[in-house]
Amino acid sequence: MREAADVASPLLSVSNLHKTYGSGSNAFEALKGLDLDIAEGESIAIIGKSGSGKSTLMHLLALLDRPTSGTITLDGKDTSRLSAKQLNQTRNSTFGFVFQQFFLNAQASVLDNVTLPLKIAGVSRRERHARGMAALTQLELDDKAGNKANDLSGGQKQRVVIARALINQPRVIFADEPTGNLDTATGAVVEDILFDLNRRQGINLVVVTHDEDLASRCDRSVYIRDGLLAVREEVAA
Amino acid sequence: MKIVDVVGTAFRNAFRSRLRTSLTVLAIFIGAFTLSLTNGLGTGVNQYLDDTVASVGVDDVLTVTKTNEEAPTDDGPAEYDPNQIEADGPPGSTTTALTDDDIDTIADVDGVLSVDPAKSVMVDYVQHDDGTKYQLSVAEFVPGMRVELASGSQVDLDAADPELVLPETYLEPLELGSAADAVGQTVALAVTDATGEQVTTDATIVGVAEPAVITMGGAIPNDVLTTTLYDLQTSGAPEAETTRYAQASVSFDPAGGEDAAQALKDRLEDAGYTASTLEDQLGTLTAVIDGIVLVLNGFAVIALIAAGIGIVNTLFMAVQERTREVGLMKAMGLSSGRVFSLFSIEAVVIGLVGSAVGVLGAIGVGQLVNGVSGDLLADLPGLTLIAFDPVSVATVVLSVMAIAFVAGTLPALRAARQDPISSLRYE
Repeated sequence: MREAADVASPLLSVSNLHKTYGSGSNAFEALKGLDLDIAEGESIAIIGKSGSGKSTLMHLLALLDRPTSGTITLDGKDTSRLSAKQLNQTRNSTFGFVFQQFFLNAQASVLDNVTLPLKIAGVSRRERHARGMAALTQLELDDKAGNKANDLSGGQKQRVVIARALINQPRVIFADEPTGNLDTATGAVVEDILFDLNRRQGINLVVVTHDEDLASRCDRSVYIRDGLLAVREEVAA
Repeated sequence: MKIVDVVGTAFRNAFRSRLRTSLTVLAIFIGAFTLSLTNGLGTGVNQYLDDTVASVGVDDVLTVTKTNEEAPTDDGPAEYDPNQIEADGPPGSTTTALTDDDIDTIADVDGVLSVDPAKSVMVDYVQHDDGTKYQLSVAEFVPGMRVELASGSQVDLDAADPELVLPETYLEPLELGSAADAVGQTVALAVTDATGEQVTTDATIVGVAEPAVITMGGAIPNDVLTTTLYDLQTSGAPEAETTRYAQASVSFDPAGGEDAAQALKDRLEDAGYTASTLEDQLGTLTAVIDGIVLVLNGFAVIALIAAGIGIVNTLFMAVQERTREVGLMKAMGLSSGRVFSLFSIEAVVIGLVGSAVGVLGAIGVGQLVNGVSGDLLADLPGLTLIAFDPVSVATVVLSVMAIAFVAGTLPALRAARQDPISSLRYE
């Protein structure tokens, strides 16, 4: 068991986080003053019903959106002070994304899909190729490098997505229902891969899910209800 | 993202939906093709005129007329001037004649090397061996003039005997045989003198001219022949009549360039004369051709604007299709500026392909047309009807790319402003 929330300097920390969509009578308050610390190397599950605000929280943590009020601190730095360029760089190099819907470019090759973050970062073609093949090898997909992404099975696609999330050696992987589109067996394989990365490489996992089984494998689960952390917070064994 | 990757990705993206892109490219092709062709036509015809001027080689000669100060204006009829004579141009148009005094005045103007009064000759007919008589116009004599010859040589300015270069079209009617046979033969030229009597004189054919714009199918006499004909024509007329010329040719040193020529023109103007080079006179023609080409280009540009709207449409569809992809790339840290470049360069690529194919097509069709027009317009030897100069071809391609870029800005802006969260939403 890890000591999680008590670590002195958490990797990601949010305090009194508010997020309101719309304005006036149409305003919808998705987050109502939420506090959360995520320690270095921790895996955390964010659980909640639809509309609870869990997706909003993930978007804010991943710096895809700015909060209405409250602070998000990454590595002790207030992210509201970051310029658009710095935000882009942070998302590119510090974060990896795994989505339920894969979001692969169906017509492009597996290798091109995996190296997309490197292309965005401006890495040379030669290095992209080398690092892309290394990531694919790690996920045992190197023989599929030249295939079109469309020709892969669901489990293979999700492994490609994980390879893409890993390519920039991120510190945090945000996974939004990573196994939602997979059958139990392949879902379990993908879960194993993610938790293996967390344990071996110390990559933080932030998993948004409905799935209690997946959540129970995380170091910690937080429940979100009506824009606030629910009382029931437990630390998984 | 590196520029080379942006361009490469934009290039690949442009051809992801092949049919759609091809149709848009086709629309641009039509515009660029038309624009290149009309431009080529203008270039070809103007080039022909320039070449003709160059082949005439009279860049050291000014045509001088007396400035008509009493030119008719809207204020009413012009006062009668006894020195007015018929001028070149529409029937009835007159110009103030140059007298011998004027010729002396012009000769004294600084920079004038020599003055030759143009002796206007009206030949009644030309006849060979007592055969049928044919009308013949005698071209205005310009010193240094050279014409395209089918056979023989140019007229010798200083020859003691009357010589002329006859247009090729007269060979058959005058029964002179082939162009080579005609050279050296003699023809009779008839003029009516001031007393109304018709007199003839003989001249030797030294050359046979291919038809060209400048001579307009007229014969070119040498000095001796012109003088002989002029003397015959004016014999019996009062002296005041014989020393009046519509215009004079002034030779000057062309080494001074255009500025010196302009300065000379200004000095002549101060002295009361209007001077123009052959190029000036052709300038009007060039301006008319440019005007026509401009109107034709206008139509092509309208086609290109329509094609530009096609690009807008194509790219809006592409942005729509790639909403998720753009959202994903933005989530992974691609800046809005780069997203804008991706789509606007894609538009430019479509423009580039369309215009390049259009220009190449126009050059190909131009070759075909030139082959056909060589037969149809045999009267204008040396004419390349549709010519392409690299500058105008590059201008067409670049301006189409510019139009495409402008067309692409709207969809590219929409893509750049996309919010990654809503793009990636799937609930």
